[in-house]
Amino acid sequence: MGGQNVQLIVDGKRLDGRKPDEMRNIRIEAGVIPEADGSAFIEWGGNKIICGVYGPRECIPRHGANPYKATVKCRYMMSPFASLDEHGRSGPSRRSNELSKVIREVFENLIIAEKFPNTQIDIFIDVLQAEGGTRTASVTAAAVALVNAGIPMKDMVSAVASGKAGDVLLVDLGKEEDNFGQSDMPIAMSHSDKNIQLLQMDGLLTKDEIAQMLDQVEKGCDELNEKQADALKRFYERGEEEKFEW
Amino acid sequence: MDIKDTIMSHVRRDVMNSSLEKGVRFDGRKFEEFRPIEIQRGPIRTAEGSAIAKVGNTTVLAACKFDAVTPFPDRPEEGVFMVNSELLPTASPTFETGPPDENSIELARVVDRAIRSAEIVDVKSFFIEKGKVLGLFVDLYVLNHAGNMTDAATMAATAALMDTKLPKIENSAIIRGEYTGMLNPKSIPVSTTFVKVGENWLVDPTRDEERVQETSVTISTTEEHVCTMQKRQGYLTKAELLDNIDIAFKRGNDIRRILKG
Repeated sequence: MGGQNVQLIVDGKRLDGRKPDEMRNIRIEAGVIPEADGSAFIEWGGNKIICGVYGPRECIPRHGANPYKATVKCRYMMSPFASLDEHGRSGPSRRSNELSKVIREVFENLIIAEKFPNTQIDIFIDVLQAEGGTRTASVTAAAVALVNAGIPMKDMVSAVASGKAGDVLLVDLGKEEDNFGQSDMPIAMSHSDKNIQLLQMDGLLTKDEIAQMLDQVEKGCDELNEKQADALKRFYERGEEEKFEW
Repeated sequence: MDIKDTIMSHVRRDVMNSSLEKGVRFDGRKFEEFRPIEIQRGPIRTAEGSAIAKVGNTTVLAACKFDAVTPFPDRPEEGVFMVNSELLPTASPTFETGPPDENSIELARVVDRAIRSAEIVDVKSFFIEKGKVLGLFVDLYVLNHAGNMTDAATMAATAALMDTKLPKIENSAIIRGEYTGMLNPKSIPVSTTFVKVGENWLVDPTRDEERVQETSVTISTTEEHVCTMQKRQGYLTKAELLDNIDIAFKRGNDIRRILKG
């Protein structure tokens, strides 16, 4: 945190020309993986993420099955070519394990798991291209994939990060803002009740700042929710396959 | 493949076989026909080159990335070329999480051999200085598995190599985001996979056809040569192999035209 030598705000504009409360361009597509029970693709600025949902299906290993409800599993992973820097390592890392956990905990709250005892529901998330804010984009995409898979949920959910750089409060942090800014606070919010389903934060913020940022996030999530609904509507409206750009 | 992939309903298998007896495949294709092929170039901006190949519904993403690495001790003047594959559990109900299994390793190695044997990547030009060379890493990501990953993966890998830019090097380090030109692969290897179901040889099998296959073999060709072959389960006769090589050359030319776009 606190890279004082990087000027992130110039004349009230951010590095990529956005206003402080402006989100990047976001495109969501549902049903992009025909083999999966449900799937979604999200392009969020320079992030490209796919999500596949499988289940309810047999719980493996069997001793992990819960006789009262479905077990929700989540695996978030970053591809070795996702960043502009060196070729990364494939497979899970400490970071991806933590993100898998906090994303899983969002959907454990929302999926009506009691309907499917002894089964598991798998949420697989793969980051193909990363540019900051992959966890929030992942939650947003996974929610669409779960709906696409027909899995009942108590509420729809979307997520966006809020943060602070150059002493300005920002919504939807980009890569540089995340790396060199003062603070980063990704939040997932369920749509109807506005409950906080994912919350992480680093850097230094006052209580007032957090209150303002929560309002910003709420506005962002409303915007995202419209895009999610639109993606699903488009999927169910297009009968035959439409040409789809990754 | 694991158990989930071998189970297929008898009704479905019988319908498939009876349709093959009439000379038509389950999806209406002729025996030697590929599914529609689509290539999308450069979807991943963070890699030096990338492409997505779609064969029917089977989708494979290939991304090429350069790193400055230490050369292998027995070839100190040559760069490193490496293909890895990831059968994402996202892509199919039969893929599982965890380190690459034998299918994933086989896929990467068959694609690797096709490219290496065709000598399309000049690893000798990857030398930077003593003890430091460029490494070119090709990652294959299967995004949807609807049968015949191998051919889709080879197409994605070659299309990605055609899209690959050579990185700028300063003080023996790679300057990210700056390039000195294109990699320009010298030729385009194409792989063609055949499966035998009953008495018939089928090109570009779907997942259903792979489930009932008795024999599976992949033949990769350049314009003039066979550059790699891989038999999986089952057996085949000499005559069958030679016939399939003829078909592989023919299909190879068709697909090269698509890849050259």
